[in-house]
Amino acid sequence: MPPFRTGLLKRKIDSKESKKVPEKNTSEDESGDSEEYDLIGGELNVEGDDTDSEHEDEKETGSDQEQDEVLFDDSADSALSGDEQVEYASDESSELTDSENDEDSDDGSAGEIDDEKEASDSVDSGAESANGKSKSQTKTNVQVQEVTAKTKQKQKVKLKNQKQKKTPYDDKQTHDSINRLASTIEKTSVTQPVEQKDEYESGDTSDEEERRNTVGDVPMWWYNEYQHVGYDLDGRRIMKPPQRDHIDDFLKKCEDPDFWRTVRDPTTGQDVVLSKEDLQLIQRLREGRVPNPEHDEYQPWIEWFSREVMATPLRAFPEHKRSFLPSRSEQLQISRIVHALKMGWTKTRKQLAEERRKRREKNFYNLWGSATSEEERAQRGIHKHIPAPKRPLPSHAESYNPPPEYLLDDKEMKEWNKLSETPWKRKYTFLPQRFGSLRAVPAYERFTRERFLRCLDLYLAPRAIKMRLTIKPEDLVPKLPSPRDLQPFPTSEALCFRGHTALVRSVDFDPSGQYIVSGSDDGTVKVWETSSGRCLRTVSLQEPVSRVSWLPTGALTLVAVAVGSRVLLLNPGARVGAHRAAQRTDELLQEPPPQGDVRMDERTAACVKWDEVSTEEWALGIRIAITHFKPVVHLCWHARGDYLCATVRDGGARAVVVHQVSRRRSQLPFARSKGLVQCALFHPTRPLLAVATQRAVRLYDLVRQQLVRKLLTGAQWISSMAMHPAGDNLLVGSYDRKCIWFDLELSSKPYQTLRLHGGAVRSVAFHRRYPLFASAGDDPYIVVSHGMVYNDLLQNPLLVPLKQLRGPAVRDELCALELRFHPEQPWLLAAGADATLRLYS
Amino acid sequence: MVSKKKKKYSSGEGAQFMTRKAALKKLQLTLKDFRRICILKGIYPREPRNRKRAQKGAGGIKTLYHTKDIKFLLHEPIIWKLRELKVYQQKIRRARAMKEYGKMRKYFRDYPDINIDHIVKERYPTFVDALRDLDDCLTLCFLFSTFPSLKRVPRDQSMLCRRLTVEFMHAVITAKALRKVFVSVKGFYYQVELEGQTITWIVPHHFSFQPQNKNDVDFKIMSTFVEFYTMMLGFVNFKLFHTLNLVYPPKLPASFSAEKDKDLIDEHTYVAERIAAMNLSLARVEGANEAEELPEIDVFPTEDEDPKKLEEAKLEAEKVKKLKTLFKGLKFFINREVPREPMVFIIRCFGGECSWDKDHFVGATFDESDETIAYQIVDRPSMEKQYLSRYYVQPQWVFDSVNARTLLPINKYLMGAVLPPHLSPFVDKIKDQVYIPPEVAQMNNPDFKPLDDDQSGTDIEEASDEDKEEESEEDSEGDADEALAKQYRDEVAEDSPSGEDNDDEDDNDDMDPQKKKLAKEKKKSMAVTTGVTYKEHPYQKEIEDKQAFRLREKLVRKKHKKLYKSMKAGQEERKKEIWLLRKKRRLHDEKVKEEKKAEKKKQRMQAFEAATA
Repeated sequence: MPPFRTGLLKRKIDSKESKKVPEKNTSEDESGDSEEYDLIGGELNVEGDDTDSEHEDEKETGSDQEQDEVLFDDSADSALSGDEQVEYASDESSELTDSENDEDSDDGSAGEIDDEKEASDSVDSGAESANGKSKSQTKTNVQVQEVTAKTKQKQKVKLKNQKQKKTPYDDKQTHDSINRLASTIEKTSVTQPVEQKDEYESGDTSDEEERRNTVGDVPMWWYNEYQHVGYDLDGRRIMKPPQRDHIDDFLKKCEDPDFWRTVRDPTTGQDVVLSKEDLQLIQRLREGRVPNPEHDEYQPWIEWFSREVMATPLRAFPEHKRSFLPSRSEQLQISRIVHALKMGWTKTRKQLAEERRKRREKNFYNLWGSATSEEERAQRGIHKHIPAPKRPLPSHAESYNPPPEYLLDDKEMKEWNKLSETPWKRKYTFLPQRFGSLRAVPAYERFTRERFLRCLDLYLAPRAIKMRLTIKPEDLVPKLPSPRDLQPFPTSEALCFRGHTALVRSVDFDPSGQYIVSGSDDGTVKVWETSSGRCLRTVSLQEPVSRVSWLPTGALTLVAVAVGSRVLLLNPGARVGAHRAAQRTDELLQEPPPQGDVRMDERTAACVKWDEVSTEEWALGIRIAITHFKPVVHLCWHARGDYLCATVRDGGARAVVVHQVSRRRSQLPFARSKGLVQCALFHPTRPLLAVATQRAVRLYDLVRQQLVRKLLTGAQWISSMAMHPAGDNLLVGSYDRKCIWFDLELSSKPYQTLRLHGGAVRSVAFHRRYPLFASAGDDPYIVVSHGMVYNDLLQNPLLVPLKQLRGPAVRDELCALELRFHPEQPWLLAAGADATLRLYS
Repeated sequence: MVSKKKKKYSSGEGAQFMTRKAALKKLQLTLKDFRRICILKGIYPREPRNRKRAQKGAGGIKTLYHTKDIKFLLHEPIIWKLRELKVYQQKIRRARAMKEYGKMRKYFRDYPDINIDHIVKERYPTFVDALRDLDDCLTLCFLFSTFPSLKRVPRDQSMLCRRLTVEFMHAVITAKALRKVFVSVKGFYYQVELEGQTITWIVPHHFSFQPQNKNDVDFKIMSTFVEFYTMMLGFVNFKLFHTLNLVYPPKLPASFSAEKDKDLIDEHTYVAERIAAMNLSLARVEGANEAEELPEIDVFPTEDEDPKKLEEAKLEAEKVKKLKTLFKGLKFFINREVPREPMVFIIRCFGGECSWDKDHFVGATFDESDETIAYQIVDRPSMEKQYLSRYYVQPQWVFDSVNARTLLPINKYLMGAVLPPHLSPFVDKIKDQVYIPPEVAQMNNPDFKPLDDDQSGTDIEEASDEDKEEESEEDSEGDADEALAKQYRDEVAEDSPSGEDNDDEDDNDDMDPQKKKLAKEKKKSMAVTTGVTYKEHPYQKEIEDKQAFRLREKLVRKKHKKLYKSMKAGQEERKKEIWLLRKKRRLHDEKVKEEKKAEKKKQRMQAFEAATA
């Protein structure tokens, strides 16, 4: 502990005690007791102070004398005040004994005194154990006794002043003592060994305090909520003094002149009035000066360890042997050097440096000279080494004088500046610039940075071998024969049939191809002549016509027309087609079939009704009318012409109805629904029926009454379907822009899916004779394709899109609604949403 | 019996790769040392085929090294050296902390060197391998040779770089291996051909060193690279000198040193300076025969070799042989303002002699007043004193002549003239979809007429322009369908029976209305008119083919659709770029022409005024 700190501590305690004294004097009972405590405390403090100062100097000297000196001095000092004090001292000592006798019962005080005595004893013993025990030692003890007596007396008379004077005296004395010590050391040749002194032996000062709080170094706010602030040595609670509120504080402030220098001790909760010295100390500390006012910063410095040889050593141990013996290792070293000199081995520093430089210099040799090729191969290398790709070579733009087209114009410059935050998006890594001459070319700013990035790439960038495609994009397009070699096919629009007033839903050729029938939303069915485009007949049916279909056999002239939920079999009339055929048709249909044959079960009868045709309707040409329970969406004649398959919207299990015209009866081929039926088609040669639901097409054998095959289209919603005339291939159009070609012999999966359209595909059609098919939908183009089916089963069909034909005009996002090929010619007929029919040839 | 379950990632890609952290742990190295050893040994991270599996299921992107590479590093003796270095550095640190500066200096003085000869040999088992990888090495060494002493770059390193690069240039000069040169904004590009390997490097312009931001450039890494590259370049130089019968380290010929038999203070520096001047050929090994021409290439008629290719190769060899003696017997004088080193290097590579003002740099061989000088290279608008016996040309003439492989006519490169564009010799001419500036086209084909000479241009240009126009037209329309519709309308018009009418109408565009009226009147009065021959639209076939192709495009398999689209997009982009460049050129040329015209007019006016006045 630094001496001034100890001094400070002591002073604090002193002041506390001194403050306590007047308080305690008021209480009569304890007065003697407390006095005694104080006295002892004070006295011991004095002694403690002495020991402290002694410790300070102990490093330099073993100084028991110092203590003596101090004590002498003290006595001398006190002697200055006069003889009276001595008298007091004797009195006081007697009084002490008295008080001791009086209060035997008090254990604490007795213990303290015992302690004190022990301490003095131990000092004695310590002195005895020391080597040169002089008389002064014993004298010391006597002096101690004397001083205690003296101080006791002082306490009694003028408590504060004396006490406070004490410490400055001590300090001063220590400084004086150092000087004196020096002189005494010079005088006396006898060295005294350092005496070990236990500070506790001389009596621990802290034990003497009355209200010693034992809680230790803990934050005092832990006790905020308690009545006490800790425990004393005996484990009793130290109670908090009564708390003052603001008013009390104020009153005290008014009344107590010492209020401004009263502080509260947090450990005991007691108020402490700071003494004048304390204040002075605080002030000095604030000013950053040495706390002790007596301390002389500029006192003369004593050079203890100087080169001057003293009569006696400063330190009390003999010199080491090696300090006066010559070194063996040095001798060896020197002999080595001498030998090297004799032999001429030594080199100058310059020579050594040269050697070092030589060693450091890289010497190159023929690294690749000696190794044979086998050795080279045996050399270990990096596993599957991928050499770093070289940097791309510069283009014209990098030139210092590039062609003018490489310089950035204003627009490009603007973009260049705009990308200053994201320079990697720029077209070049550098700004193409033109310099008139070579001398004007400056250094490239980013050169070092670019090289650094390259270095980073070389050791940090992950490498992998990537195969670069050397093909051209054209090679990905399948090789197909040229359309020119696949003629004939319709290439341009030949005729436009106008006459309908609303969109034309459906068209059909007659079996010979001479006539065209069309049904429209305006409620009319029109018959046209193919070659001239003339409208031959118009049948007005009031309701929108959803479907027309001409009987595929040439023997009769009959058109099936779907109007709402009715299917009408219409004879187009005498002027259309062969007069005789029309007549025969009328004759055949006029007489009703034999009633016995007509036997429909209840389920069928509930959904289909064969109506009698009224005379007006007969006059229009309607020969037979069949009423369904729901609107009809699709019609399909069997190739032989006796059966007509109608598809009803939302019919469930009864969606497909097959009508037999000759017997005038109907059948419901399915007992259970498989989904929303879109359309149904008869197989051209075999007794099969293809039924398209939303996503799949099912083929049923009508004779054996079983499912033959289920075709998974992969489309979301099938719109239409067409069967190849040979019957082995099926084309399905879907609303999700696909045309799906099925090879029925090959698989139930699509053979090919063609995405030729930009919109929904609404209709697909096969040509009966030519290897052609067409598809049309909501986009304004009709695509004609070549679809060659080979007789050889091993050869797959060849599909080649041939031509995009401009379809009818787009109305309400609809374009072509139905397509039909001419039975004989490579002509294509489209029903348009713009109320026209278009014939392409 | 229960078989032990195989642990995941213990085989296959999961076991093949190692993250950097794992590698550090395995090698027991710090990241710094690992980086250093990776650079020296040429180890690099790999891109796995399946990153997820290679990272053992961990997310994110990690730096992955091949396990075998790390094992390879594990056997490297340098690793032990690095560990010893660590101890050594600790000693230095300790000495510094203890303030034993003498000791510390001693440690620094005796700092151990790491010998990496064997790594050079290991990375490049043959000389050709080393040559193949010389690009980066040369560029970095040339850059470092210009560096001052930096904190992270020892001074002797840049000195060594300078020495080695000069040696390499000497080797190139002796081998006459330089093929192409190019002055770019970044620096001088050189391409040499050594042992059949083309090596390209860049030499920065003067004052290339600029203090760099710490975040931008880490000189420590570059210095480590240079440490390896100097080693490699040293060995390459030795081998080159060895094959060229030169003495290594380079020495000046005996005649020269005998001539200058003076007392020199520092002979070493004197010689080094003369060597760095590159103006003198180096000392040869005694007893080596001088004439070392490559024998004529014998032609072995083999079936698989294309005779055409062989012919081409022969022609090329002939050209190269000519190129080697491009400047033979010519004397050049380099003016003060012209960058000396590149000029000397190029001229000497092609057999020329050169000199400069002797106050400018050491090693000048003849004076400016020498009458035998054929060319003086100047880079200033005018000179006071000119000799009639020589041409004054700008430095670009040298570069362009080398690239053209002949001595170009000097009229465009005379002193003070506006220079023609300097073109890159590295642009691949064979690759399609590359813009060829008219200058190049002119050089390749003397008949080529640039656009500004004739508006119609040559047929090739025209055709491509036509294509371009079509493309742009379609592009502008945006919808291919529209174009189709248009074509369809055209076709319909042609196919329809009243084709003649349409044709007439087509022709009518330039007919005046009066004639039209007349024709109408004629039609009204029934008469026989001479038939008009059916003229097929010239692009009819092309249009049809294009249409058919567009339909076929839709049959591209779904698997390839994206690839096809991206390839097409790339094509389009390149086309657009070419188109843009061509357009810019055209506009520029037109502008220049107009300016010229205006100037001429002005001159004429002035002349006229002068005449009248």
